[in-house]
Amino acid sequence: MTQLDFQTLLPLTILTVWACVLLIVDLFIPKNRKGITAVLAALGLAVTLSFTILQIGRENSGYSGMVVLDGFSTFVNALILVSGLLGIALAYGYVKRMGLERGEYYTLLLFSVVGMMLMAQAADLIVVFIALELLSIPLYVLAAFSRTSAESEEAGIKYFLLGAFATGFVVYGTALVFGATGTTSLVGIVGSASNGTSSLLLTIGAALILVGFGFKVAAVPFHMWTPDVYQGAPTSVTAFMAAGAKIAGFAALLRVFATAFPTLATDLTDILWALSAVTMILGNVVAISQTNIKRMLAYSSIAHAGYILMAFVPYGNKDIMPISIAAGLFYLVSYVFTNFGAWGVVIALEKSEGKGLEIGDYAGLGRKYPALAAAMTVFMLSLIGLPPTLGLVGKFYLFRAVIAGGYTGLAIIGVVTSLVSAYYYLRVVVTMYMKDGEPTTEREPMLDFTTAFTAIVTVVVSLVPQWLFLLASNAVLKLF
Amino acid sequence: MNEWLYVLLFIVVGLIIPVGAIGVAWIISPKKPNPIKSETYECGIETVGDSWVQFKAQYYIFALVFLVFDVEAVFLFPWAVKLGQLGLYAVIEGIIFILILVAGLVYTWRKGMLEWA
Repeated sequence: MTQLDFQTLLPLTILTVWACVLLIVDLFIPKNRKGITAVLAALGLAVTLSFTILQIGRENSGYSGMVVLDGFSTFVNALILVSGLLGIALAYGYVKRMGLERGEYYTLLLFSVVGMMLMAQAADLIVVFIALELLSIPLYVLAAFSRTSAESEEAGIKYFLLGAFATGFVVYGTALVFGATGTTSLVGIVGSASNGTSSLLLTIGAALILVGFGFKVAAVPFHMWTPDVYQGAPTSVTAFMAAGAKIAGFAALLRVFATAFPTLATDLTDILWALSAVTMILGNVVAISQTNIKRMLAYSSIAHAGYILMAFVPYGNKDIMPISIAAGLFYLVSYVFTNFGAWGVVIALEKSEGKGLEIGDYAGLGRKYPALAAAMTVFMLSLIGLPPTLGLVGKFYLFRAVIAGGYTGLAIIGVVTSLVSAYYYLRVVVTMYMKDGEPTTEREPMLDFTTAFTAIVTVVVSLVPQWLFLLASNAVLKLF
Repeated sequence: MNEWLYVLLFIVVGLIIPVGAIGVAWIISPKKPNPIKSETYECGIETVGDSWVQFKAQYYIFALVFLVFDVEAVFLFPWAVKLGQLGLYAVIEGIIFILILVAGLVYTWRKGMLEWA
């Protein structure tokens, strides 16, 4: 191990050690003061975030090319760490209120974040696999964290069984790719693939890996688990899962497919096109009939996976790809903030035993809690893609890149499904402002702060989005 | 391709030995069945009731804790054998590895999982 190796994984190492130590420290924190664990976990994420930011501009690979550090990984890691912080902020009051407050919640969250960060830095299919497991296993446990609730248990076991199955696809795909190319290193695969050796095996392997990642990001037709798991898991977990697993899944997709399989572009573009289109259509159409806000947001999350998948469709086109991937990253940022904000409002209204989760329960929110309703309106507008929110800017960049790549049809599907989605997102807004009701909300300072913060980011950054897009563009510059 | 032949050979021999042993025993053994002989053999005692019952979850936790020592042993034997050549770096790596496993043990201990309750 050289010093360079160590530098490559420095933030990751810090967070891993922190999580391990926190696991032990937590044992000595009294049961009724687990808030200390939350603060320590957040502190760990903040320290890691500052080290990640210090790494901006540094590029090298380490551990014999198993992991890389580049602009892309730094960008994605920073986004993941911010999601982790927002996840802890949302959970802080919620787990106490729901009687779920155990120190393991935060430790597991940290371990999951470690897995996601490793995913962004992986340069070898074996490391991708380890990262996938490291991010998934804590999420399985977190989904079942509400031990006394049957729904939460169901969510956990469902997520675990299907997730294990999906991981199997990734491993089998990796094995076939290894069989075809004789290496698991992403750089090595490109080198071997450009020689034109046994491409059928390579295509099948790549397709199997795509299935596994498709599951993680909840793309149709691998989305079956999403509504049940999102609904059954504790809401604070769902918020983190929806954001974190998506970021990591897309980071892996991008890293593996953009760097390892560019020769397969002709085969995979059509598949990605179809995946993206079907995911957008099904997610948005099925969301219309949902009456439970958690299920509605779950389908919305599926639909957004479809929008982000759009960024991969110009795949293989060296001119368009950097713009479209930068647009995809931008969209991820906008999705993360909007997502945490929307789930924050859901948490504010949720009562114990799954009460307060119907869209009808939002009636009268606009009159009684104008600030909260205004925040929810911002998030709903952002999810549709209306001004003045980040969602609009994200969709604009994305559709522009896809049209520039010559896939106007896909952009049209994107616009039409966005219009469809306006129906169910605006229904929430209409319920809040135009129906009478007596909603009660939980006032928790951390929760209020998170909701306000994400709402402000969603609006303010949308007014000056260029710097963020520039940041994303610079991040992906060296990938192609 | 040649080294794969050994794998094939290995599979073939691996099949022949058990099939041969059981087959020969089946052919040459005298067959005198009686009710006691045909009973299901399960650790010597016939099962009482249904085997699809709930087990104490603590068995599972014990198995997990056992894994700490099991994995430790598997990795530490080769580590110990080659320690002389690997030098200081390997010693530190080994210590880190043991510390991680000890953290798991301390965690279960402190959680009271080592008491049979």
